[in-house]
Amino acid sequence: MENFTYHRPASAADAAAAMKGAKDGKYLSGGQTLIPALKQGLASPSDIIDLGGLKNSGVTVGATVVIKAGTTHAEVAADAGLRKAIPGLSALAGGIGDPHVRHRGTIGGSIANNDPAADYPAACLGLGATIHTSKRKIAAGDFFTGMFSTALEEGEIVTAVEFPIPKKCGYAKFPNPASLYAMVGVMAAQLADGSPRVAVTGAGAGVFRATAMEAALAKDFSAAALNGVAVAAKGLNSDLHASADYRAHLITVMAKRAVEKAK
Amino acid sequence: MPAISMKVNGQAVCGDVEGRTLLVEFIRDKLGLTGTHVGCDTSQCGACVVHVNGKAVKSCTALAIAHDGAEVTTIEGLAANGKLHPMQEAFREHHGLQCGFCTPGMIMAAVDMVNRLGKKLDEDTIRHELEGNICRCTGYHNIVAAVKAGAANM
Ligand code: FES
Ligand code: FES
Repeated sequence: MENFTYHRPASAADAAAAMKGAKDGKYLSGGQTLIPALKQGLASPSDIIDLGGLKNSGVTVGATVVIKAGTTHAEVAADAGLRKAIPGLSALAGGIGDPHVRHRGTIGGSIANNDPAADYPAACLGLGATIHTSKRKIAAGDFFTGMFSTALEEGEIVTAVEFPIPKKCGYAKFPNPASLYAMVGVMAAQLADGSPRVAVTGAGAGVFRATAMEAALAKDFSAAALNGVAVAAKGLNSDLHASADYRAHLITVMAKRAVEKAK
Repeated sequence: MPAISMKVNGQAVCGDVEGRTLLVEFIRDKLGLTGTHVGCDTSQCGACVVHVNGKAVKSCTALAIAHDGAEVTTIEGLAANGKLHPMQEAFREHHGLQCGFCTPGMIMAAVDMVNRLGKKLDEDTIRHELEGNICRCTGYHNIVAAVKAGAANM
C-alpha cells in the first residue's frame, strides 16, 4: 500500500478544508471497502481524511427515519426504533458483510462508495430515500449515477440518509459466499402511498429499478404477481461467480423472496 | 512519523506509525504480539480479529493511526492468571482446531458473539455469526461445538 498523509478532522468544515488542501485526497469512513482497495493498489490517494472524528452517528425515528452518515451497520441493525418503523431496512443492515465488518462499515461510506454490489444503495433507491450532504439534499434516484460513482461533487460529504417510512418492505440477497457482497440483492417495498418499488443491486453496473416488476406489483403486491416477470440479461454483470443469465434469473427469485418477507 | 498510543491487553503502549500502517502490523510487528494472524489480507478470513473498545474488528482492515487512544484486546489478552479463558479452554476440550491458524480469530469472534448475544447460543446462530471467519481445516463442526460450550462457561 502506498503511504499517505492521514488527517482526522473534528468537524465537517475542517474535513472539507483538508480535502481542499490535498493533492488527491479521499475521505475514509469505516474503511471496510476503501482499505482493501488501498491494499490492492486500486486507489493511492495522497491524503486520507478520516471522518471518524466527526462523531456523526445515530438513528432518529420520527415522521421519517434519519440515519447519520457515520452510523455503523451494527448500530443501525441494533436500533429498536428502526426495527419497528422499517423492519426490512433493519434486517438489511444486519445482513451486510459479517459481524466484524458491521462493527466498522457505515451507511455514509457505503453509499458514497456506491459499490455495484453493496446493499444500502438498494435500500435508498427502493425506499425513495433522500441523501443529505454538507451542501444539499439529493434524491436517491439522482444520487447513484453508475459504477462507483455518485452525484457527490469534489469535497462534498454525505451527512445523513433520510428514509420515508413505507407500508412495508423486504430485502433478499444471494451473497457471494467469499466476499459476502450481493451477487443479486433486491429491495421490494410498498411505499406509504401504496406504490411499489423494486430496486436491484449486484446485478448490473449500479443499483437500478426493475420497472416491469413494479408494474406487476402495482396490481397485486404478492410474490405470485412476479411469476414470469424478468429483467433482461443483456447488460447485466457476467463474471466467474455468475453469468448474466444466471443473475437475471436470480433477480426474479430474490424479488419474490423480498416481497414474501416484506413487513 | 506520527506517534500513537493505545492500551493493548490492559497495558499502555506507544509507537511511531506511518499513515498506511495497519492495526495488525502495529500489533504483530511493533508490539510482537503474533497471536493475531493474517490469513487473507483481503478482509474475508477473520484470522486477524481483535477487539477494539469492546467490539470485534478485522485488524487487517483498520489503520493503526486511527486507533490513537483505543483499547485493544488480542488473543494474548484473554487468559488470566495463567489460566485459559473459558472459550480457549472449550476449543481445546472440543478439539476446535487442527492447524490453529484461524483459531485466534475464531476465539475473538466467539467472545464478541457472547458479549452481544449472551451465553446461550444455538447452532444456527453460531454458524451464522461465524460468517466472517474462515477455517480451512476443521469443517467447522468442532468449532461450533466449542463455541457453544465456551459460551455457556463464560
Ligand atoms: S487477514 Fe484480516 S480478514 Fe483475513
Ligand atoms: S484449524 Fe486450520 S484453518 Fe482452522
